[in-house]
Amino acid sequence: MITLTVNGRSHEVDADPATPLLYVLRDDLGLHAAKYGCGFGQCGACTVMVDGRAVFSCVTPIAALPGRQIKTVEGLGTIEDPGPMQRGFIEAQAAQCGYCIPGMMMRAQALLEQNPAASEQDIRDHLALNLCRCGTHMRILDAVKRAAALMRSARGPDAGTTVATDGAAR
Amino acid sequence: MRFLKVLFVLVLCGGLLFGGFLVYAHHAPIETAAPPAADTFDAATIARGAELAAMGNCNSCHTVEGGPALAGGRALETPFGTIHGSNITPDADTGIGRWSKAAFSRAMREGVDRDGNHLYPAFPYDHFTKLSDEDVDALYAYVMTRTPVRAPTPENDLVFPLGFRPLLAGWKLLFFRPGRFAPDNVARDETNHGAYLVEALAHCGACHTPRNTLGAEERSAHFAGGTSDGWIAPALDHKNPAPVPWTQESLARYLRSGFDRHHGAASGPMIEVARNLSRVPEQDVAAMARYVASVMGEPAPERAEKGRALVATLESGRTPVQTTGSSAPGGSAVPDPIYAGACGGCHDAERGAIDALPLSLATAARLESPQNLLHAVLEGVHPRNPKAAALMPSFDGALTDEQIARLADYVRTEIAGEPAWRDVAGTLAKIRKGAASGSGESTK
Ligand code: HEC
Ligand code: HEC
Ligand code: HEC
Repeated sequence: MITLTVNGRSHEVDADPATPLLYVLRDDLGLHAAKYGCGFGQCGACTVMVDGRAVFSCVTPIAALPGRQIKTVEGLGTIEDPGPMQRGFIEAQAAQCGYCIPGMMMRAQALLEQNPAASEQDIRDHLALNLCRCGTHMRILDAVKRAAALMRSARGPDAGTTVATDGAAR
Repeated sequence: MRFLKVLFVLVLCGGLLFGGFLVYAHHAPIETAAPPAADTFDAATIARGAELAAMGNCNSCHTVEGGPALAGGRALETPFGTIHGSNITPDADTGIGRWSKAAFSRAMREGVDRDGNHLYPAFPYDHFTKLSDEDVDALYAYVMTRTPVRAPTPENDLVFPLGFRPLLAGWKLLFFRPGRFAPDNVARDETNHGAYLVEALAHCGACHTPRNTLGAEERSAHFAGGTSDGWIAPALDHKNPAPVPWTQESLARYLRSGFDRHHGAASGPMIEVARNLSRVPEQDVAAMARYVASVMGEPAPERAEKGRALVATLESGRTPVQTTGSSAPGGSAVPDPIYAGACGGCHDAERGAIDALPLSLATAARLESPQNLLHAVLEGVHPRNPKAAALMPSFDGALTDEQIARLADYVRTEIAGEPAWRDVAGTLAKIRKGAASGSGESTK
């Protein structure tokens, strides 16, 4: 048995410790946001967050994860109450087929948690690891910028001004 | 009184010595010349100059990542501080637009700039001094026909007192041997051509030969292995640790394509070398490979036999193992779950759709320090084209430092069958510190 903490909840998992996190999320925990794309950490569809960092869940074995905080799109909000990242994507209508979107959201979320004032170039550089075959990149970029703005305003006027000055300074 | 007299004499002698040294260290400036007109050089000379510049890696040190070609500014981290590659475009004010051929040639051969200042040996003139006149001319033709870029070279940041250039005269006196390449009369022409390209131009030894405390290549340890940018540049002499001995053919393939099936992909600072060599004629790279293979020498029969067995196993679709170790991949016992889940999918022949090099064949697992293996795990392995997807993703963030250190231990002892590395965690911490201070990265 391996204990995994996903979106703040503890789960006992009965699986081979070498099993990639992606399979456990989808097959054992019923969390279907993270997608299987290539299985080799090349496309980014499986991206989730571990301890605040974006990782490819398809090449991350659960043996590496006890005691660490795993976050998936399901942890960003609900259908009734979507979080800022999800709202950004809805507002920008950034999905075509949608397969890559959860991975995009999680990598962007990790970036914005680390750097709330990320520039467009920062966003482009970070998301370069995630592929979208429909070609919705411009909308994804727009969605992440909206999410960043939503997160800033959610942190209140004080946080907002700090970020604004940061933004002006760069 | 007596004391003062002695002191006076001492100061006088010191002053004279220092003055003498400065006279010795001094080189006269070379007159400025009008930037040469475009039709000064013929197309064939410029084209050969381009190939020579690729073999000499001029772009590596003289171009900021993503910046204009040869416009300088790239920060080179040395144990003595940061030195910047200069702007060598033909811009008249900030580049070398007013340098005559004589001034360029003196810089390449003697490490002295047009004004007469000594240049730091981070510029590998200890190799370029061996170039033929014809090749220096072709390099000059190539450089002077590039687009001029206005870009002042940033100031160097060196430990005191090394910012004082005349001191370099002392360094040169001790370590610098100017002079043309001398062919080996016994060797074949192709080997000699390769030796010339490697020693005079490609300066493989700048990374693959160890340096002494004053930063000079140790002549007595030619190709015995060195370092570059926090990576180990493995030995290229008889001590090369590759499990499958290199041959002229595999070296040529690796140098020109950045990849060989039995040795894996060029990574770290070697990527740019291979990228450059992909742009030069095949016969030049073949000659370099021939020379490097001759320096490595024939492998001992036992090593050759072991190598053949590894290749045979790999070709039969199985993962070669080095050890009688109990938990090797493909073996009977259960392998380390982190290895199996994070690495085996690509590196074990039985499982991979990717066919990555089994780590039992990886040089990185057989070096004296885990540096190269840790770099691969932290940064991933990237192909020659910097825009293309990684060959291997970075595991930074997916695995904790403790897990990475344990994994490195496992690969080293159980897969490569070598005695454990001494301080994996410490090496990992050092690499992280280097990355945080942005060592070796461009300033832009
Ligand atoms: C390993 C790094 C490296 C490589 C490779 C390299 N250079 Fe340089 N080069 C330097 C550095 C560093 C300087 C500045 C040294 C100094 O400031 O003393 C320099 C200086 C020069 C200068 C003198 C410029 C000036 O304004 O003083 C010339 C000319 C030059 N390089 C030409 C070349 C050519 C041509 C090639 C390729 C055949 C080349 N370099 C390859 C590092 C390199
Ligand atoms: C800027 C530094 C640098 C220069 C210049 C350089 N190398 Fe390397 N080389 C490295 C590093 C670092 C590695 C280890 C990384 C790797 O294995 O890809 C390496 C790896 C290699 C390997 C693989 C060794 C093994 O057993 O796995 C070969 C072969 C090699 N270099 C040959 C050459 C030759 C030939 C030249 C000159 C044409 C050259 N290198 C120039 C830094 C350099
Ligand atoms: C997605 C596939 C993939 C995964 C997963 C993967 N690798 Fe790699 N790795 C590669 C490829 C491809 C190369 C380049 C060499 C080659 O093509 O054979 C490489 C190269 C390396 C090298 C450099 C070998 C050398 O000597 O130059 C090391 C070391 C390495 N991998 C270790 C690991 C470790 C440890 C893990 C697990 C944490 C891992 N790899 C996971 C695909 C992968």
